[in-house]
Amino acid sequence: MSNTIVASHLRKRYGDVRAVDGVSLTVEDGEFFGILGPNGAGKTTTLEIIEGLRQADGGEISVFGRSPWPRNPALLPRIGVQLQASSFFERLTAREQLRTFGSLYGVPGHKADRMLETVGLTDKADTRVEKLSGGQAQRLSIACALVHEPELVFLDEPTAALDPQARRNLWDVLRAINTEGRTIVLTTHYMDEAETLCDRVAVIDQGRILRSGPPAALVRDLGAATRVSVASGLLSVEDARALPGAEEVTDDQVSLTISTHDASPVVRALAERGALDGVQIKGATLEDVFLDLTGREYRV
Amino acid sequence: MSSFQSLARAMFLGFRRDRGALFFTIALPLFFLLIIGGLFAKQSTPKSKVLEIGSVGVLDQMPADMRAGFEKSLKITRIADRDAALSKVKKGDYDAALEQNGDQVLIHFSAADQVKSGTAQGQVDGLVQAANQAASGRAPKYTLQAQQVEDKSLKPIQYITPGILGWALASAGMFGASTTLVTWRTKGILRRLRLSPVPIRTLFTARVAVSLGIALVQTALFIGVATLPFFGLELAHYWWMAIPMVLAGVLAFLAIGMLIGAWAKSQEAAQGVTQMVVLPMAFLGGSFFPIDQAPRWLRVVTEIFPLRHLNDGMVKVIARGAGPASVLPEIGVLLAFALVATIIAVRVFRWEQI
Ligand SMILES: Nc1ncnc2c1ncn2[C@@H]1O[C@H](COP(=O)(O)OP(=O)(O)O)[C@@H](O)[C@H]1O
Ligand SMILES: [Mg+2]
Repeated sequence: MSNTIVASHLRKRYGDVRAVDGVSLTVEDGEFFGILGPNGAGKTTTLEIIEGLRQADGGEISVFGRSPWPRNPALLPRIGVQLQASSFFERLTAREQLRTFGSLYGVPGHKADRMLETVGLTDKADTRVEKLSGGQAQRLSIACALVHEPELVFLDEPTAALDPQARRNLWDVLRAINTEGRTIVLTTHYMDEAETLCDRVAVIDQGRILRSGPPAALVRDLGAATRVSVASGLLSVEDARALPGAEEVTDDQVSLTISTHDASPVVRALAERGALDGVQIKGATLEDVFLDLTGREYRV
Repeated sequence: MSSFQSLARAMFLGFRRDRGALFFTIALPLFFLLIIGGLFAKQSTPKSKVLEIGSVGVLDQMPADMRAGFEKSLKITRIADRDAALSKVKKGDYDAALEQNGDQVLIHFSAADQVKSGTAQGQVDGLVQAANQAASGRAPKYTLQAQQVEDKSLKPIQYITPGILGWALASAGMFGASTTLVTWRTKGILRRLRLSPVPIRTLFTARVAVSLGIALVQTALFIGVATLPFFGLELAHYWWMAIPMVLAGVLAFLAIGMLIGAWAKSQEAAQGVTQMVVLPMAFLGGSFFPIDQAPRWLRVVTEIFPLRHLNDGMVKVIARGAGPASVLPEIGVLLAFALVATIIAVRVFRWEQI
């Protein structure tokens, strides 16, 4: 497997702000790669350097083995970009928009129209972009990034400001694109999004990559406790503390939560007492990883 | 479709669907032309209104062709009642009333509007002279041929049409270019196109092509309306030289607009600065009134405005009947404006908002 993107020690300052402060990462061919971090972490700036929109102050970057800066027209047809702020021609319909972008890459009109289907916008084909909802505009923006069937796709917070249903629909679209063999680099500030979609994530904060790897591995390496919770009132806090493997126990009058590093004996003991009403078992998440790495609660 | 064609199409559709742009580039200038042209169209035919009490022989027995000649400047209305006629003149509804007793023609007038009644008297006097001459049965010895001293001077519609058209082209070109460029930058179109393999000059040439097309439509509409009989613009022989004039002028306006758009950070700044250039340029460049009568220093100063050169050239070819080569200097100056402004705009140009 070859590396589609190799970045090492990228740096970019805006005045006193170190937006990107020594970022190194590699993205493999066909991978779904996530850059995860809170607002202002430097995700967009990192992406822009890789895309060739901004020049890094320092470091090395290669995409398909070439430098994206200065603007490299040989590279551009191979990549598709959805920018954080959607950029459309004014007063065009969804179909016209897509066809216009398609023509920039020599894509014929009927082929561009098929992309509307892919992102589920067929019934909005004749709606002007100004009249699209947030989620529809976002999907159109992604369609415009994909219209020329690029090998490498960049998506900057594609699901920001979408309602949960729209987010899930979009996830399906993105998974399908990745299954076709396209490499995807996505930024997000949603932990769950990174966990569900990405093969690997880089957790970024204040311009630095804190940790990267498959989400499950990051969580496992954390060695954080699993939380088992049941409805309040089934057993007392004291009884819960006495269960085998139980570490910390809290009861907020709604549910009683037991932290443990070994969930099986805890669940078995609860089952023996018939105290499994409303049981939930939650492993550590990327949120815990972030808390562990920065000492701060993850807040977007 | 090539990327040039599809970009041009996208921009044209964007323009055609923009009610505000349509209003300011097409409707408002045409409305100005209708109002101002209409005002002058009325004023150019001041007829004296004269009442004919009963039957006035010198009028009624006049040969038809001679009478038709007088009716170009006199509107004659018959009335039977003498008192009613006099009271109408007194009220100012009519300029004079005529009455004939035997060989004597009597003209009643009011002293209230001396200019009007004076004109009417002069015209009636001419009429009586002509009748005397005809009655004598001899060919006239002396004839009078009228020749306007300022025969080179223009009818209002002849400078109003190119003037308002020039203003319309300047504001469409400059506002179009400056706000478009800012929109492209703030809305991320520039960044998005920079990520496509299309050279950025294709984007700009497509925009210029669309603007030139719009300008030709404006020109056709203007000339079409002004040549309607009501407005009475008569196109001089080499009027088609207006086409290269308009194209050169619009290139200059677009370049200045691009320069403003390259510099401005926000839509408001772009609009404000464009307005600050367009309005003085329209007034001082001779769009709303002819600049020939202005003091010499002002005429020299206003040469810094491309619109002044466009207006001068357009009046030459549309109204004065000058030959095609006579506007080459104006076209050259306009192209030079375009070139210089483009060079500066390219230097000022920024891809990114910040
Ligand atoms: N064009 C810019 N000019 C100045 N500062 C910027 C610019 N772009 C980003 N920044 C700053 O750089 C930091 C990283 O921004 P960004 O890469 O947009 O983060 P993210 O996409 O993770 O929210 C932030 O502090 C932001 O304010
Ligand atoms: Mg961002």
